[in-house]
Amino acid sequence: MTDTYLDMVNSGLGKQVAGKLGLPRPVTLRRYRADDDFPQGAVLVLGRGRAADAAAAVLLEWDLDVRRSAADVDRVGAVLLDYTEVQSPSDLGGPALELSSALRKLRPGGRVITLSRPAPGIGTGAASGTVAGAEQLAPSQAAARQGVVGLLRSVAQEMRGGVTANGVLVADGVPADAPSVVGAIRFFLSGRSAYVDGQFLTVGDDRGDASVDWEHPVAGKVAVVTGAARGIGEQVTRTLAASGATVIPVDVPAAGDALTKLANELRVPALQLDVTDPQAGEKILDLVAGRYGRLDLVVHNAGITRDKMLANMDDAKWNSVIAVNIESQLRINETLLAWDRLGPAPRIVCLASTSGVAGNRGQTNYAASKAGVIGAVAATAPLIAAKGGTVNAVAPGFIESEMTAKIPAARRQISRRLNSLQQGGTPVDVAQAITFLLSDAAGGINGQTLRVCGQSMVGA
Amino acid sequence: MSENTQNANPKTPAAASAPAAGRHAAGATGTRPVVVAGNRIPFSRAGGPYANASNQDMLTAAIDGLVARTGIAGERLGAVAAGAVIKHSRDFNLTRESVLGSALDPATPAYDVQMACATGMETVSSISNKIRLGQIEAGIAGGVDSSSDAPIAVSEGLRRALLKLQRAKTTMQKLQAFKAVRPADLAPAVPSSGEPRTGLSMGEHQALTTQHWGITREAQDELAAASHNNLAAAYERGFFDDLVTPFKGLTKDNNMRPGSTVEKLGTLNPVFGKKLAGEATMTAGNSTPLTDGASAVLITSEQWAAEHSLTPLAEVVDSEAAAVDFVTGNEGLLMAPAYAVPRLLARHGLTLQDLDLVEIHEAFASTVLSIMKAWESPEFCKERLGLDAPLGSIDRSKLNVNGSSLATGHPFAATGGRLVASTAKELAARAKKEGKPQTALISVCAAGGQGVAMLLRSV
Repeated sequence: MTDTYLDMVNSGLGKQVAGKLGLPRPVTLRRYRADDDFPQGAVLVLGRGRAADAAAAVLLEWDLDVRRSAADVDRVGAVLLDYTEVQSPSDLGGPALELSSALRKLRPGGRVITLSRPAPGIGTGAASGTVAGAEQLAPSQAAARQGVVGLLRSVAQEMRGGVTANGVLVADGVPADAPSVVGAIRFFLSGRSAYVDGQFLTVGDDRGDASVDWEHPVAGKVAVVTGAARGIGEQVTRTLAASGATVIPVDVPAAGDALTKLANELRVPALQLDVTDPQAGEKILDLVAGRYGRLDLVVHNAGITRDKMLANMDDAKWNSVIAVNIESQLRINETLLAWDRLGPAPRIVCLASTSGVAGNRGQTNYAASKAGVIGAVAATAPLIAAKGGTVNAVAPGFIESEMTAKIPAARRQISRRLNSLQQGGTPVDVAQAITFLLSDAAGGINGQTLRVCGQSMVGA
Repeated sequence: MSENTQNANPKTPAAASAPAAGRHAAGATGTRPVVVAGNRIPFSRAGGPYANASNQDMLTAAIDGLVARTGIAGERLGAVAAGAVIKHSRDFNLTRESVLGSALDPATPAYDVQMACATGMETVSSISNKIRLGQIEAGIAGGVDSSSDAPIAVSEGLRRALLKLQRAKTTMQKLQAFKAVRPADLAPAVPSSGEPRTGLSMGEHQALTTQHWGITREAQDELAAASHNNLAAAYERGFFDDLVTPFKGLTKDNNMRPGSTVEKLGTLNPVFGKKLAGEATMTAGNSTPLTDGASAVLITSEQWAAEHSLTPLAEVVDSEAAAVDFVTGNEGLLMAPAYAVPRLLARHGLTLQDLDLVEIHEAFASTVLSIMKAWESPEFCKERLGLDAPLGSIDRSKLNVNGSSLATGHPFAATGGRLVASTAKELAARAKKEGKPQTALISVCAAGGQGVAMLLRSV
């Protein structure tokens, strides 16, 4: 699905007209390129805490032009703000105002990243900042920590030119240079997070491996992707394969022809399987065990919509959505977790949706199923952690795909503009977020739901 | 036959009495060919969604689906054998061209086979034999047919004139070449299912056989209904999830009529045997329709399967072809399997009742019923087969258990691959469930008074 408006406002006359009329001017996002994956310009590290020092050291290792002050820099590619040691709301102003002075120097495709600690008991939207076992904080410290959330989300809304702002929440007790803190910073700097905006990733423990090859973050892993014949699932399969994994695509028998083409192109076996089959988990494991002897990664992508206003909802529409979108995931996960040949760090990513976060008119069934995914992921996290693994969800917003192409044209135009990046995402954006969460760089991120929505106002 | 004593199947008597044991020694000593996986596109009634698909399109799709199912894209196989019964002259290298368009290594050799409706069976036999002999490690057998995209030829008169025109050098010669063309020559020659030597269609031939064996309308309709309902049940339980890949928007055989009943089938008017003296019993409901489709089966050595982490479903044990003299009316056109099967069973010391599964291709419901009735007949078995006792009857619960050609349709050369793949899968499932080896018989009749029978055994 091409976004004609985006093309128009980025060329000659269209650019001028849109500027004069004050129309939205979305830009082509800086997406992942293996040879050129950092923002252009210096990286400012603001704040004087241990996390800032640790981050600066890592950024230097990546050969970036690291500065600790905004004063004499012309071109800024990214700004990191360390708020991990804030004690009261008065601690927020310093780095924020220093960021203010650097904003005009921020290049297109730049990044703002906050490092902070979660305020226990306070949800931060889909990316819940609540970490089990967190200590009770002094009210002023909790206010400061939660203040970062409001600050970051507002910054994200103010950015233009494809600049995104996201935060890393480092749980208390987790060192500022834990592998997944480094991994999350790397992800937010990268074009792999192009359509992730105004979001937080919580690092709950110090598991993971920051030294993974960033070009092939899932190298050597055996993966299964459901709903792989087309759309987001197909792209997830391709991105994981390009990132080094052996990926077995799974889809319903009726989608077998598209699945065949994908499997033959990637030289892997195709599995025609309905995920609602009570034996689906066993059938997946039979194939994977027979061919590869183990399984490392699973992406529960298979999903359907049967939209109707609740007043017009019927049994079939309700039940099929629940069965495919959430019950199949629960059943397959149960089988997976009971299996004795999972790899040493099994990782699962489930597809949720921004509809599951904020609800959506005409999608009671879909939103119930997708909110269910978010709940299931949080509850499955400790179960899979016991096996050395992680489970997370990705909640796509408006993604240009066959599914959103069916939305009437006018409504589609509005939907794709109602986010901070003023455009729809692509299946690649979702696939990249999933790839990161499946990599060992994200080993300390567990039970989270990451929105890939350009900071959508709908479903915020 | 040492093979039976080797696998110590308690149901299979040591075949000391099996005749001509030396003839098939290779079968016992060679590499065991095993069916690893199968694939077909859904079969479509002629003129349906595949109306614009060529044989090559369909065969390529069937091969690609098989390659994807087994994850062998880019592999070089020892051979691919396939064919079509109705074939354009431009498709002289149909199978090789399909391989070149597929995901297989282009260095995979391929050849065409044509044995009317038994084409698919013959390709399975041929690939299996190459593996048994150690000539190849792995191959694909299959077939395809399109009744929609049939070749239309020009009349003999026009064809001769055109050839003469091609050879003509002067204008005068060119004009003369056309002089011989008569208006009647301009009518195209469309392929028919008529037998060249008798002029009778296959249906009319079978009508003679049906009357000879006194097969009733009700018995035929019963078999047809069972075929549709068995096929529908198999789809329902996901049996075809790893046997069929959709093509051109079709996900299931579109000839299938779930919920078929004898009553509903009984309302159809007869189409064959209407000019014969007795009651005409053969209808469109108990005869196969013209169909488009393709199938492919991966057959390998056990070692190749293990090296590729693939699980064998069944061994292709042996096959036997037979032919009958239908031209003089001495035997029915489609009765050759009645001769091929007993010869094959005798070679392996088996009886009809030893079999766990029986697949008899449903060219017409009455074909299956006539063959089975012949095996129950002491006269037929003595006079025609030279046996002291009749072969006996087949337990209907073992017959065509997942539906057959009456329900799926019958794209001539593709039927063999369909039967072998489905039967191999069913055998493997039953062997696992029963905890003991299972044996299946497949029998396919063919135009020209031919037939091929094959034995599969679980591994």
